[in-house]
Amino acid sequence: MNLDELAGACGEWLRGSGPESDIVISSRIRLARNLAEFPFVSRATDSDRAEIERILHGRIDSLIKDGKIPADLCYVDVRELAEVDRQFLVERQLISREHAEGEGARSVVFDHAERFSVMINEEDHLRIQVMQSGLDLDSAWKQVDTLDDLIEEKVTYAFNERIGYLTACPTNVGTGVRVSVMLHLPTLVITRQIEKVFKSLHKINLAVRGLYGEGSQAMGDFYQISNQVTLGLTEEELSKKVADVVPVLIDYERQAREFLVRESQETLHDRVSRAYGILRTAQTISSEETMHLLSSVRMGVNLGLIGNLEIPTINKLFIHTQPAHLQKLSGFELESSDRNIERASYLRKQLDIPAQGDQEKGDPSQN
Amino acid sequence: MKCQKCDRPASFHITDLVEGKPKELHLCEECAQAFLAPSEEDAADVMPAMAGLLAQHLAVGETADQLARLDQRVCPVCGISFLEFRKQGRLGCPHDYVFFAEELEPLLMNIHDQTHHIGKVPKRQSHGADQQTQLIRLRREMKEAVAHERYELASELRDKIREIEAKSRTAETE
Repeated sequence: MNLDELAGACGEWLRGSGPESDIVISSRIRLARNLAEFPFVSRATDSDRAEIERILHGRIDSLIKDGKIPADLCYVDVRELAEVDRQFLVERQLISREHAEGEGARSVVFDHAERFSVMINEEDHLRIQVMQSGLDLDSAWKQVDTLDDLIEEKVTYAFNERIGYLTACPTNVGTGVRVSVMLHLPTLVITRQIEKVFKSLHKINLAVRGLYGEGSQAMGDFYQISNQVTLGLTEEELSKKVADVVPVLIDYERQAREFLVRESQETLHDRVSRAYGILRTAQTISSEETMHLLSSVRMGVNLGLIGNLEIPTINKLFIHTQPAHLQKLSGFELESSDRNIERASYLRKQLDIPAQGDQEKGDPSQN
Repeated sequence: MKCQKCDRPASFHITDLVEGKPKELHLCEECAQAFLAPSEEDAADVMPAMAGLLAQHLAVGETADQLARLDQRVCPVCGISFLEFRKQGRLGCPHDYVFFAEELEPLLMNIHDQTHHIGKVPKRQSHGADQQTQLIRLRREMKEAVAHERYELASELRDKIREIEAKSRTAETE
């Protein structure tokens, strides 16, 4: 499998089939691990890094040979990649921005369905992550726990009985676990309740991030909720802490949607239709505007205001209209202004759906 | 229709909830974005910076002399000084958690509100963390010896490293 083939496809987690997938995009759990006999990545020499990669790739190879993990894995040497390909993997959520922008020998291994990815020599020697569609943290935890056990059978992790798994940054020490759920909360943004939500989440020690993790803006009304604390609670307790708050957020978002439908349906329908109209006709469009409008369209589909579009199609468009994806899909490196033209053209093609379908479902004038 | 905040045409029609009641707002794109964007304080992600910030503030309560002494402490295994950790917010090797245990404790308390791990434990416990940290130290010393062209010392160190590596491989296959 090469990255060009990957561009046209999309990960299992985007298929929009998991529990509560109208609002919950994905559930992700990642573990931070380090090999006991090497310094942490920031102080590792080139030969240390190469040796860490060799050991971990070897371990993964032997798991494939023993039939314990799927054989259709993709090994990518991140250091050797062109910048557009690194960015592509970030957009795909297979590597972090830190990994893309890092230095020295580093790589990522992931499966064909993009259910798991293993980053080697990121901030820690090993970052194992599992992604599930919708709200499904239990299954994500089981998979990542198993993968961790399998890798650990033949390598010695840096671990201390008192403070647990040792990580380069003390913010990850203990369990090394980060449990995140990505939610689409457009009406909490429209009704400006989102800030209240943030404040209450911070109070219970949960972090809120944008689509692309640390430091990213909440583009397209996507928010990732995750644990801040990693020490002093079990992995299950940390997972539960995130899992417990998600139904509350889903409930708020649904209530806000019902409220808007009840109190200002015309405005809401207008917003959705205009967004859909622009996406289907624009000749040049930025990534930010696309995300903003796709968010309204996604909400519109969930509310039955647009009848002929499927959620997985929109989920895919969020990713495929990102700068690196557009360039991979078109096969050309493009400047920002050319990307905006290419993006508009791609959207027109993807959304070229017979217009009569628009009005069939959920049109208030027909109800 | 004009934007309610400036004179440009309003293209965004927002329903805001004010004390539970909907309020219609008509804004141009720029004003709408400013209105809808979460404030920087909310959107900013404090996580990556937190360890660094806290580490910098560890000094609170220490006198300049105490701090200078603290900063100069150097991990014998990876060679990182406490000052370097405070600047970068990243530790150098697993042994730092032992060597700087006292300094790190208030930091862990600040971040996690806890100082003890109660979660998952590796099935294969290390055959002695000492051996592993020794490997980190010896590899560093070997690299320094090569850099100073002390090849005899470097080859002695290499032999020691190989001996420990061989021992740990035997232990793994047992």
